Amino acid sequence: MFKFEKLVFGDAGWGDEFLIATLMTLLVSILSMGLGLFLAIITVWAKIIQNRITRIIANFYTTVIRGVPELLVIYLIFFGGNAVVMSIAKVFGYNKYIELNALTIATVAIAVISATYSSEVLRASYLAISKGQIEAARALGMSKFSIFFKVISPQVIRHALPGIGNVWQITLKDTSLISVTGLVEIMRQSRISSNVEHSPLTFLITAAILYLCLTTISGRVFKKLEVNYSKGFST
Amino acid sequence: MIEFLNSIQNSLIYKNFFLVLSGLDNTILLLLISLPLGFVLALLFALGRVSKITLLSRTIASYIFVIRGTPLLVQIYLIYFGLGSVKFIRESFLWYALKEPFWCGVLALTINTVAYGAEIFRGGIQSIEKSQVESGLSLGFGKFLLLRKIILPIAIRNVLPSYGNELILMVKATSLVSLTTYMEMTGIARKIMAKTFAPVEAFIAAGILYLFLNFLMVQFVKYLEWKYNPHLRLNN
Repeated sequence: MFKFEKLVFGDAGWGDEFLIATLMTLLVSILSMGLGLFLAIITVWAKIIQNRITRIIANFYTTVIRGVPELLVIYLIFFGGNAVVMSIAKVFGYNKYIELNALTIATVAIAVISATYSSEVLRASYLAISKGQIEAARALGMSKFSIFFKVISPQVIRHALPGIGNVWQITLKDTSLISVTGLVEIMRQSRISSNVEHSPLTFLITAAILYLCLTTISGRVFKKLEVNYSKGFST
Repeated sequence: MIEFLNSIQNSLIYKNFFLVLSGLDNTILLLLISLPLGFVLALLFALGRVSKITLLSRTIASYIFVIRGTPLLVQIYLIYFGLGSVKFIRESFLWYALKEPFWCGVLALTINTVAYGAEIFRGGIQSIEKSQVESGLSLGFGKFLLLRKIILPIAIRNVLPSYGNELILMVKATSLVSLTTYMEMTGIARKIMAKTFAPVEAFIAAGILYLFLNFLMVQFVKYLEWKYNPHLRLNN
């Protein structure tokens, strides 16, 4: 049933292909987590500044994306993304056919999903900072820029890390959905291999074990980071 | 005015909406079986997880660890493609159910939600104050009565918000079953997309329906919270 000999490295097995696929999963997760955090910061900013229109837009974005299956969002960006980019390019007078590569689409799609989760985490941890600190910083004459980098960010990171760890796990698992776009990551690789070898059980269990390793190891890393960032933080 | 109505009726999004709507019952069917089953099993698993029998609680802990550490898609594929490739299962009575993508989907969704739900209920059970259990014991409650009258009601109502979250995740998770050729809303939207090559119209119709389904789910959980937390209501 489980064919170990199919998993060796080299031409006889699929070991090296799976290694590359694992690295691809990691790459997509890290890129989309980063882009997602960036989008999340913008979303949080849109929600906390006293502006009704930006707040409505940001709330609409987070509600819709969190209420719709991830697969639909990925399909929409995968099939509709090219058309959107091309129509934007047309505005700037570029009329040739543009095709986004699979990695870009995958990263953007997962980032759009992961940003909605991160934004909730970041917003909660921003609200956990007491107002007095920002007022104190202002009283000391700090600029908005240095208030953000020296007062707000260090504390937001500290409060948000456990939540961000959870979002990371969700993002890592969501990358499996990217296989529908044809990008060869763990899930896609296991489908390809099992179609070739007619042994789905072997390769799907391999995929499951690889995901399990990734989530476990990254969970450990986040635990370490949490300890590191809560130094001098009385709990 | 009539022309305007006609133009709406001819628009792709309007037609797609009703096409996708015909998949709604398949989506709901998946949920109707897997959610109640998942709820009951999650409670049992949570009780096993906090039980003093080490073997039982270890087994359930590792089950939860594996299911929560792997994507749902892997689980669905493992059940649909993986189990089907085992000769022993193909020849057993299980094959009557497992050859249908529907039952594979139900099985995968149930297995998934039980793991997450058990973890949620475990939190609820462990957060019950000792004094509640002790007062029950002092009244002479047996183990089963204690469970039925004190532990479960308090645990369940305390974790309703996070279990509601899990329910919404499950509504979204049903879309993955479409990858096993089961024609629910996402599957139909995908088919429309392949036929008309109008991705935005097809997927927006499905998106609206999912949003609506989730909206109903949120209202349902809110109602349950209101009903089972009478001590937290503001005006009574």
